[in-house]
Amino acid sequence: MKQFLAFVKKEFFHIWRDKRTMFILLGMPVIQIVIFGFALTNEVKNSKIAVLDQSKDAATASLISEINSSRYFDVEENLQSYNEIETAFRKGKIKLAIVLPNQFGEDLQHMNKASVQLIADASDPNVANTLTNYATAVIIDYQNRVTNNLKLPYTINIKTRMLYNPQLKGAYNFVPGVMAMVLLLVCTMMTAITIVREKEMGTMEIMLVSPMKPQLVVFAKAVPYLLLSSINITSILLLSVYVLEVPINGSLALLVAESILFTLVSLSLGLLISSAAESQQTAMFISLVALFLPTVMLSGFMFPIENMPFPLRTVSNIVPAKWYYIIVKSVMIKGVGLAAVWKETLILLGMMLFFLTVAVKRFKIRLQ
Amino acid sequence: MRTLKFLLQKEFRQIFRDPAILRIIFIMPVIQLMILPWAADYEIKNIKLSVTDLDRSSYSRQLISKITSSGYFQLTHYSGSFEESFEEIEKDNTDLVLEIPASFEKQLVKESEAQLFIASNAINGVKGNLGSAYLRTILQDFNREVRLEWIQMPRFSPQTQIEVTASNWFNPLLNYKYFMVPGILVLLLTMVGANLTAINIVKEKEIGTIEQINVTPVKKYHFILGKLIPFWILGMIVLTLGLLISRLLYGIIPLGGFFTIYVFAAIYLLAVLGLGLLISTYATTQQQAMLISFFLMMIFVLLGGLYTSIDSMPEWAQWITRFNPVSYFIDVMRMVVLKGSGLGDIKSHLLSITAFAVVLNGWAIFNYRKRT
Repeated sequence: MKQFLAFVKKEFFHIWRDKRTMFILLGMPVIQIVIFGFALTNEVKNSKIAVLDQSKDAATASLISEINSSRYFDVEENLQSYNEIETAFRKGKIKLAIVLPNQFGEDLQHMNKASVQLIADASDPNVANTLTNYATAVIIDYQNRVTNNLKLPYTINIKTRMLYNPQLKGAYNFVPGVMAMVLLLVCTMMTAITIVREKEMGTMEIMLVSPMKPQLVVFAKAVPYLLLSSINITSILLLSVYVLEVPINGSLALLVAESILFTLVSLSLGLLISSAAESQQTAMFISLVALFLPTVMLSGFMFPIENMPFPLRTVSNIVPAKWYYIIVKSVMIKGVGLAAVWKETLILLGMMLFFLTVAVKRFKIRLQ
Repeated sequence: MRTLKFLLQKEFRQIFRDPAILRIIFIMPVIQLMILPWAADYEIKNIKLSVTDLDRSSYSRQLISKITSSGYFQLTHYSGSFEESFEEIEKDNTDLVLEIPASFEKQLVKESEAQLFIASNAINGVKGNLGSAYLRTILQDFNREVRLEWIQMPRFSPQTQIEVTASNWFNPLLNYKYFMVPGILVLLLTMVGANLTAINIVKEKEIGTIEQINVTPVKKYHFILGKLIPFWILGMIVLTLGLLISRLLYGIIPLGGFFTIYVFAAIYLLAVLGLGLLISTYATTQQQAMLISFFLMMIFVLLGGLYTSIDSMPEWAQWITRFNPVSYFIDVMRMVVLKGSGLGDIKSHLLSITAFAVVLNGWAIFNYRKRT
């Protein structure tokens, strides 16, 4: 044990000596959480749109001002003819065109009926879909106002409650996701690369002739990163609560424990990668190119997993970040206890044991 | 010129000597391009719904069957109390709860007015919002049917109706793949390009071989060209493989032509490689180079406009995206592939990326000279 601690100390000094790396390691998650927490949102707002008003009467004027004043839309261009729509789209400036036909106001007044055409730039299907929905909602609101909220018989009133996030802030969804990504990638990459580095430089042999067991040599390299990750977890949580205003509704102790568990999973994954890779370049490539995009895309915080085709839903199960993301969402925001997330916790534990076992096995073969 | 030839020979040999890295450079992007686009579907469907039916009347049954037949909702739970349904939300088994209160039907018929409650899991605000909006639309439809059942509507509708028709241009079937595949290809190309150069030069520093090169008559620009050219070629091959997969697997044929894409990509790669070069002049170890490029990559990728719309970001974040080469390429891909834009349409993008290429490479060369 004393020997082990001595090794840990040595590794710690190694990191401590390289101030620049330390700074990046501790500063990076802070900057990223803040940037992503504020900038990432699935919401589509302030979208630039164009209006083709062929009627130019009081009704269209008030409808357009209604649309412009909603936070979803900024009327950027007033078009004069139908042909201009395509040009406006091609220039890439606007996302939606609203066409108000001739005699819109008169139709509305005399026939109680009028029509509006929405044309969306569907090269981004998500934005097109959302904007069409929002515009329709604004128009229906306007229509109801014109009707003077006429009370009809046999009416069903609907009350809606938005649970957990009544202001519909993007950060509630993205903070847990970014936490998972930052922790996973930093820990995995760092452990993977430090061990491979020793291999590449030839210093690994020197350590292996020490009386320590090879596995312990390897573990000793992971310990300082566990400590660094704990600092990262602390700073990330502080930022989430005080800067991004995402509350911790559940038990802080449980949240921290789960985060440490996830860090351990990432560290073991790093050990596994380092047992497979021969050069730092390879280790980095595996941890960045092979882990980054799948983590973004398959962990569920960007795209809903239930929409994915069956094979991908299956693949998403082996993405550790998916489980951690569910845990953080549940504990941090829903405020539930271990009883609700024991399954996810067990899966992470299992992953950790699996990665560790395989990594240690491979080290043995290689190092004897 | 001869020096450059030998340097290139050396670099290529070094690259081909490590089959692991070569395999990763080519196979990893290909596999990811084949798999990941299938995951990218934002459309809100398959919403998990739990219904608390305290009424158990013919209306509540009609209502539930109307909801389930809409195609948007999966009835995952049907319970007799709101608490039970709420627990389902806590356990992540359901996204939306609809509560039909006791005597719903009676009130609607007798008192001409009734209440329904929706509770929506809004951690993902957009999903929560749209999910409940869909449900409301169905409920209003139901409401209209009930009304028709009880009263004869006059021919002249007392309620004003604005009819909204919507059409989608450039991608009428709302195919997410057309939008995601070119974007993911950009990300892969960027990661491969920037990291390769960054790591490669720092490696020479760390092992000490860079000193050996420095004492030879190799000129700085020879050295840098020797590093850039092989990776530029590798990048173009990765791009070609990617476009091939897009064509074969996803049927994507850029309306604006391949030529435009290649012209842009050629300069883009220079910019990205220049970035790698720049990182390598600042980093002293591969570890540092990796951390820096990982840091930048994450920002470039997540703020590139592929996953979330740039227009919705706060002002300062939009400002950051102007210094994000990835966002330019993604935009160009979208324009060329879906809208058929040609070189003329993407002129301003082309200009910006050329500026990136010049500044990043110039800065790197300048900085490199100072250090040695």
